[in-house]
Amino acid sequence: MTIDAARGAASDPANLPDPTGHFGRFGGRFAPEALTAALDELTREFEAAKTDPAFTGELNELLANYAGRPSLLTEARRFAQHAGGARILLKREDLNHTGSHKINNVLGQALLTRRMGKRRVIAETGAGQHGVATATAAALLGLECTVYMGEVDTRRQALNVARMRMLGAEVVPVKTGSRTLKDAVNEAFRDWVATVDDTHYCVGSTMGPHPFPMMVRDFQRIIGVEARAQALELTGRLPDAVVACVGGGSNAIGTFHAFVPDEGVRLYGFEAGGDGVQTGRHAATLSGGSPGVIHGMRTFLLQDADGQTMETHSVSAGLDYPGVGPEHSWLFDTGRAAYRAISDSEAMDAFALLCRTEGIIPAIESAHALAGALQLGPELVAELGGEATLLVCLSGRGDKDMHTAAQWFGFMTGEESAQ
Amino acid sequence: MTTAIAFEKAKADGRSALVGYLPAGFPSLQGAVKAATAMVEAGCDVIEIGLPYSDPMMDGPTIQDAVHRALTGGVRVADVFRTVEAVAATGVPTLVMTYWNPVDHYGVDAFARDLKSAGGAGLITPDLTPEEAGPWLAASDAHDLDRVFLVALSSTTERIAKIVDVCRGFVYAASLMGVTGARRAVDTGAPALVERTREVISRRLEGAAPLPVGLGLGVGSGAQAAEVAGFADGVIVGSAFVRRLLDAPDEAAGIRAIREFTAELAEGVRQGG
Repeated sequence: MTIDAARGAASDPANLPDPTGHFGRFGGRFAPEALTAALDELTREFEAAKTDPAFTGELNELLANYAGRPSLLTEARRFAQHAGGARILLKREDLNHTGSHKINNVLGQALLTRRMGKRRVIAETGAGQHGVATATAAALLGLECTVYMGEVDTRRQALNVARMRMLGAEVVPVKTGSRTLKDAVNEAFRDWVATVDDTHYCVGSTMGPHPFPMMVRDFQRIIGVEARAQALELTGRLPDAVVACVGGGSNAIGTFHAFVPDEGVRLYGFEAGGDGVQTGRHAATLSGGSPGVIHGMRTFLLQDADGQTMETHSVSAGLDYPGVGPEHSWLFDTGRAAYRAISDSEAMDAFALLCRTEGIIPAIESAHALAGALQLGPELVAELGGEATLLVCLSGRGDKDMHTAAQWFGFMTGEESAQ
Repeated sequence: MTTAIAFEKAKADGRSALVGYLPAGFPSLQGAVKAATAMVEAGCDVIEIGLPYSDPMMDGPTIQDAVHRALTGGVRVADVFRTVEAVAATGVPTLVMTYWNPVDHYGVDAFARDLKSAGGAGLITPDLTPEEAGPWLAASDAHDLDRVFLVALSSTTERIAKIVDVCRGFVYAASLMGVTGARRAVDTGAPALVERTREVISRRLEGAAPLPVGLGLGVGSGAQAAEVAGFADGVIVGSAFVRRLLDAPDEAAGIRAIREFTAELAEGVRQGG
């Protein structure tokens, strides 16, 4: 089957969201009136750009010759021996320029920024992957760039802070609230409402007020479109399950979207379970949260009895977020996708296992999906037999996580860790 | 007294109404009530009680700081209702200014019911636009509460019409593109925004309830209050009050500073009106 046929098969869910940005009861736009004009303009420009061959041509050219698409599909045979013998196919977003799937979305939004005549982009970042991608695209297109990053995250992802600054971006450590991703989002919105005339907020995940969840998904759905065709070519059939990690949820929705109409394909999102959902120290929004409004969207979130956002915890800075993209809430609510939590230690075990069995160092975010595959593999083999096939989105590479991993596994000598 | 009547009374006095904001639970539960009471005694016509929220996306550092202290101090939604009850007892219309999630989570109708029974006048909702406001429109009708939505410098006339259409009490015109916090100068676009909003209001059907326009964001001195009073029906001040409490050595000194500052603003709205 060709990529075009795969795209055609996905036409139904492509009708969501509705024109006001709703995925069922989720999504929408809970934003200050001051941003309405900019959000309307962005919606119009995106809709026009999507069907403008000049725009799509330039984006596809950049995706191919700058980002390195299509990304590979690698069968992980030695890793699969630890997953009950199921076949495991890795969609290698880690091989993209800048080292994660984030570049897919950022190139699209950077081109839109230029199309709208704006000269500056701002972004939030957790692990720094989206910040690095945004700084990269800004350098490429000659845009000014400011990245907001929680102070806690600037410490645990110091390498990415250096990368962003090297690329010419201003990195602002956010010292309010929990000093992590959600606070970086707040600060980016505060910047945007004051600078919206000449600045585009390049949101990094399928979250925020309409049109962001739709637009970011459309820029990321290339992951699943490619993977679907590649899996068919490699195995002669569709995978039994598609697996991805979920923080805000952009690599997951990008991987899932082309498979939503394929009823035989199960979709699994793996959230950050931190110390375990029962401990309260986690970021597993769908597993442990309830519907509400955060960062401009109606979605599941982790909140207390008064509707205050709860502090989250995860070893992964990129998943350490109390909300989730509204389309995931919809997929969860309708039962089309299932979501489970992976604890820090399960994720780190899977991280080490992929390193040792395949020679691939994954991002800690992606390690949650790998741990999920280790859990699902034996279940699917028991049900479907040894040909059970899992397609796993390896959303990013783990270079940025070496400091965390070395501490976790105790690789550092006292002298090294003191530095 | 309703909010609209408070604005009418100010107008009859030949001045703009003075609207003051403070978050509940800051500097303490009782301190907030005392400070708001001092604001009423020294000349505020309407009080906005802020509901402290963990993610104050539209607030600058001053209100973020106060709200953070209120939450750290353990303020709950129930305390907001108690604060409203105490402040409304002064006889001045008392609205709650809140981000949407705490209301949504409480249950929109239940929140409206409990606000009404605490003597509250209504809600100001900075991150809710008419498109998503269905349940609140119904609840505010059922419980006879004011609903104040915001218009912005970037709002088109069509949007202003849509917003004016659902407002009750007054229309909150955001004087600048940005978060809350005192600024050195009032944005030059502010008078035009008030003018555009009034124009839309004047086109409504004859017999519609009066709908004044209050201007907020960035007002920090008596002179600025006078300037804003020259073109708006109400002058809304928030961060500058909070700043007085943050800078004071103790609660009593903070409340004295609030009282003096209110008097300065009250003089301003008289000069400008």
